[in-house]
Amino acid sequence: MKNELSRRQFLQGAGALVVSFSLFPTARNIFAAEFATLPSGDIDPQSLDSWLAISPDGSVTFYTSKVEIGTGTITALAQIVAEELDVSFERVKMDSGDTSRTIEQGSTVGSRSIERAGPQVRQAAAAARQELLKLAAARLKAPIDKLTVQNGVVSVVGNAANKVSYGQLVGGKRFNTKITATGSGFDMKVAPEVKAKDPKDYKIVGQPVKRIELPGKLTGEHVYAHDVRVPGMLHGRVVRPPVVNTEPTNIDESSVKNISGFVKVVREGSFVGVVARTQWAAIKAAEALKVTWAEPKTKLPANADALYAYLKNTKPARTQKAVEKGDLAKAFAQAKKTYQASYRWPFQMHGMIGPSCSVADVKGDKATIWSGPQGPFRTRATVATILKIPEQNVRVIYHEASGSYGRMSTDDGAEDAALLSRGAGAPVRVQWSRQDEHGWEPKGPAQLDEIKAAIDGEGKLIAWDFVDYGQPWSASGSTPLLASLQVGIKPNNPGGSNGTQGGGDIYAVPNQKIVAEQINWHFPEPIPLRTSNLRAPGDPARCFASECFIDEIAADLGADPVEFRLRHTAEPRGADCLKAAADKAGWQKRPSPAPAQSANIAKGRGVALTRRANAYAAAVVDVEVDRSNGNVRVTRIAISHDCGLMVNPDGVKNQVEGNVIQGVSRALLEEVAYDERSVTSLDWKSYPILKFPDVPEIDVVLINRPEMAALGAGEPATIPVPAAIANAIFDATGARLREAPFTPARVLAAMKEKPAGNQKS
Amino acid sequence: KVNGKTQVVDTDPETPLLYVLRDDLKLNGPKFGCGLSQCGACTVIMDGKAIRSCATEVKAAANRPVTTLEGLGSVKKMHPIQKAFLDEQAVQCGYCINGMIMTTKALLDTNPKPTDSQIKEALAGNLCRCGTHTRILRAVKRASGQKV
Repeated sequence: MKNELSRRQFLQGAGALVVSFSLFPTARNIFAAEFATLPSGDIDPQSLDSWLAISPDGSVTFYTSKVEIGTGTITALAQIVAEELDVSFERVKMDSGDTSRTIEQGSTVGSRSIERAGPQVRQAAAAARQELLKLAAARLKAPIDKLTVQNGVVSVVGNAANKVSYGQLVGGKRFNTKITATGSGFDMKVAPEVKAKDPKDYKIVGQPVKRIELPGKLTGEHVYAHDVRVPGMLHGRVVRPPVVNTEPTNIDESSVKNISGFVKVVREGSFVGVVARTQWAAIKAAEALKVTWAEPKTKLPANADALYAYLKNTKPARTQKAVEKGDLAKAFAQAKKTYQASYRWPFQMHGMIGPSCSVADVKGDKATIWSGPQGPFRTRATVATILKIPEQNVRVIYHEASGSYGRMSTDDGAEDAALLSRGAGAPVRVQWSRQDEHGWEPKGPAQLDEIKAAIDGEGKLIAWDFVDYGQPWSASGSTPLLASLQVGIKPNNPGGSNGTQGGGDIYAVPNQKIVAEQINWHFPEPIPLRTSNLRAPGDPARCFASECFIDEIAADLGADPVEFRLRHTAEPRGADCLKAAADKAGWQKRPSPAPAQSANIAKGRGVALTRRANAYAAAVVDVEVDRSNGNVRVTRIAISHDCGLMVNPDGVKNQVEGNVIQGVSRALLEEVAYDERSVTSLDWKSYPILKFPDVPEIDVVLINRPEMAALGAGEPATIPVPAAIANAIFDATGARLREAPFTPARVLAAMKEKPAGNQKS
Repeated sequence: KVNGKTQVVDTDPETPLLYVLRDDLKLNGPKFGCGLSQCGACTVIMDGKAIRSCATEVKAAANRPVTTLEGLGSVKKMHPIQKAFLDEQAVQCGYCINGMIMTTKALLDTNPKPTDSQIKEALAGNLCRCGTHTRILRAVKRASGQKV
């Protein structure tokens, strides 16, 4: 509590000394009763003191609403702070994701944190440095342009003895400096007039600095959301309906009365939960509670064919155009040859290893939430709405959750905990079961992609008509989450867009249309299978379609797949990226498929290229296909990656490797199963992900572009992997996979069907 | 007996060991992942074997030695396996990493110089969703004193 008050009093000008805040709270401040609710948020971004504070010992605390979700973002932002201030990296502490102490910079999503928050952080730090130099100039009686800074100590050039440290200048005191800050969230422009360092002079940005929080993660000392305990805390569990979208008609509380430790049943609308003194009692009570549920009102398509028919035959709610140029009809009329194909992508899961978990303490019209959302301010808003209290009365304290790949943009657990805490009149921790997480996490939408293309007499693409059919994110920044729906809050829109990139936008084709048709998903009815943003939303499917289709055309023309792409790449960065992966893989020029192979194990190689949020990634994949059973083994992947200036090359590499492995998993194994009533993939057996014995060798090529701005690395490298695998399967066997995942059954079926049926017309 | 110290807890004997370790003994190393022995996040070592604490009743651990992640080392004094994971930066979110380290500990205790495929087999029941596998494999090699 002392720390919290000090920070707020400090910002309010009460003159308290800066105390140091740790990003990784110690057990002491987790367990102590120091988290009484404070007025939250709304710190003034135009005050330099809102962004950072300097302690008497010269260490720097930087405040950001960006959060560490396992991707290394906070370490990279700390590098940027250290660089601009010329302090050593070890002296920067990041205080992250507490809505009462930080400025809303937008959620940590979409590979946009380094790209968007990076400049905000850099400029705030640069403004602080400028202010420190002004103070130093007065203290040292020297002009600013004669000052130099090393490790937080300002000295006069040529007279190193004439020096003063940051700590001596402002340590523990306020800057009391106004800076400019316009716009909000991702788009906030912070102190753009302040001159930041020339990237040529970077010493800390660009270095493979070790991640700040890893030591505690390796020893059990890092406090995850799952590890938060507050005094008097009870344990809750939500009793979800066995079928989707239904209401309880009867709850028999006598069924749980005898469970030792049971406290109470909480019901609001169709939201039903139990609260108990221990986790085990909560689990037992949730299992034992007899609830009779009504039959669901809306039903899901019963199977994949019904789903893709729904996507194809439902009137789009809106058409999002990514590219529209030239005259497609004319181009097709003049074509030497035309092609068409369609591709299917299933619902997939985020699959957090640790399920949703939050703690809430609701007292009257105030609430404190401990949780791991990608957008703490978004959680503040949803909790305020469901509790019907002002946003400023909710404080969200961030603790990292399990890696979430977009899943924690929708912080369902915080709402559950808030309702149960209010119902129980005590702090409540809610941790979802594995079955609930698999069943109820919002899924990455299913997609159907249809493409037509045409070539001229020289084998150049002259027409490209790409249509992506897919659902929006029913669970998103503008739509009610699970508990909100259950208490009766209605969506007023169908949800966020699943994106438009990856449909061939990297190729220069004179007549080109790339559109994403939004097929609403039972809106405005309550949603039977929730959807949301899953890592690189929509792009893996669109890239699978467009990059396989390019390959189909190249194969038909007898062209080398890399060379055919290079004839059409729109930007040199795209071509460079593609060549880098091909070089790393030792690409031998020849058309696909490979010459006929007699062995049962057929080997092949495939390539794919993508661009997301202006970062490029290309993959070259080697596979072995067992022709007797259709089993595909990915043996090696060369992946190239260009995200502009790299802040932390080892951080980028870690992300790229992870993206590749997740991409292999999604391509080979992952498909949510469901029936008309509900999701039926309810554990890791029914929804398997890639395991150690099946992990390929990965060769990463990082392309650094220090002359460019820094871009994100959290998503792009996952996108080309499925397409490259499908192309490698074609190279090995001549069988074309047009539906993911590439299960043995689908591979066997495609091998029976070859040569690929519908590609020529 | 947990991490060398005898502990007495008053609890339902059928409570999974995981909840006793976490909630009664405040040991946050082992994590809840699935409760089904499918992911390995809750792994601890009992009688020298890597076991799933989410699916082991606490009565089965009575009077037997249990080691958790905390029993290996701390940030101030890391175990060589933890140090190897740090050196390889073999973590992303880290939620699964308890299981990786504890499984590695049990492996290296019985097989100090495992081959690549032995490591992969040993870790086959431990799921990682971030895709940190290749770094984890290198960390295990490094921890075993073999060339990475």
